[in-house]
Amino acid sequence: MRDFYGVTLDNPLMLGTAQYPSPAVLEAAFRESGAAIATVSLRRERGEGQAFWDMVRSLGVHILPNTAGCHSAREAITTAQMAREYFETDWIKLEVIGHDDTLQPDPFELVAAAEALCADGFKVFPYMTEDQVIATRLVEAGCRVLMPWGAPIGSGLGLTNPFALRSLRAAFPDIPLVVDAGLGLPSHAAQAMEMGYDAVLLNTAVAQADDPAAMARAFALAAQAGQIAARSGPMPARDMAAPSTPLIGKAFL
Amino acid sequence: MKIDVNGSPREIDAANLAAALEQLGWGEARVATALNGRFVPVSARPGTPLSTGDRLEVLAAMQGG
Repeated sequence: MRDFYGVTLDNPLMLGTAQYPSPAVLEAAFRESGAAIATVSLRRERGEGQAFWDMVRSLGVHILPNTAGCHSAREAITTAQMAREYFETDWIKLEVIGHDDTLQPDPFELVAAAEALCADGFKVFPYMTEDQVIATRLVEAGCRVLMPWGAPIGSGLGLTNPFALRSLRAAFPDIPLVVDAGLGLPSHAAQAMEMGYDAVLLNTAVAQADDPAAMARAFALAAQAGQIAARSGPMPARDMAAPSTPLIGKAFL
Repeated sequence: MKIDVNGSPREIDAANLAAALEQLGWGEARVATALNGRFVPVSARPGTPLSTGDRLEVLAAMQGG
């Protein structure tokens, strides 16, 4: 089984910690879903950092700090270094944004940052577009997890390019793959997992639901269903009908 | 001397970064620091001098996706 830098997840759901109506609702979302990883960020200290950090630690899940909002490799590298010290982990969700409207990763800065961070001992989870050549460069840089987007962050559009996501799965059979960003419905999570992805990472679809805890549970169940399906050998699709009831023995009427 | 702390000008009278954090009220706080865009680990703060016009970033945990 593919693992995340030596860590096996018993639940393929990774959840963000932003945009919840309250810390209590955030905690309920993690409790109801059993999500295995929580993403967090670093921002200018305004006196609330310690309480938030204590709360996230109490969730008892793996912590994945991000470099959200960084627009250059230099910024992302410095942020990653600060996160490693603060959160006491060498895991980093590497985000280097290249476009303000789509929040699309900048592939050139992303690869440059990944090379520097992998060389410095970080375990990099790169947020990337679904491009196979970028994926190859990131693996060459030392990344042992890839996180292609499903759709732009916060859009809820689901898997906009299933062909490319399937191609990535086929091209990197040994690398854990996570669909990160753009998921809106549990069925999107199931679809990613049915393709053989190893996890899904989402935030807005849960945090902005009317009932975030229930929606988190729905995503977890869908992701687990998709995972079981992928391991069960889904049937190939075909264009023509094929009767499931045997024709042999049919009465002549 | 005047330095920039998290985007705001502050008057500081401290010989090094550790002393400056103390003066700014972050002596005991769990924070990560960067000076002029470069990460400064906790262990290096006492040995990091400050100069007029320095840009200091003091960060802590925050919600993230």
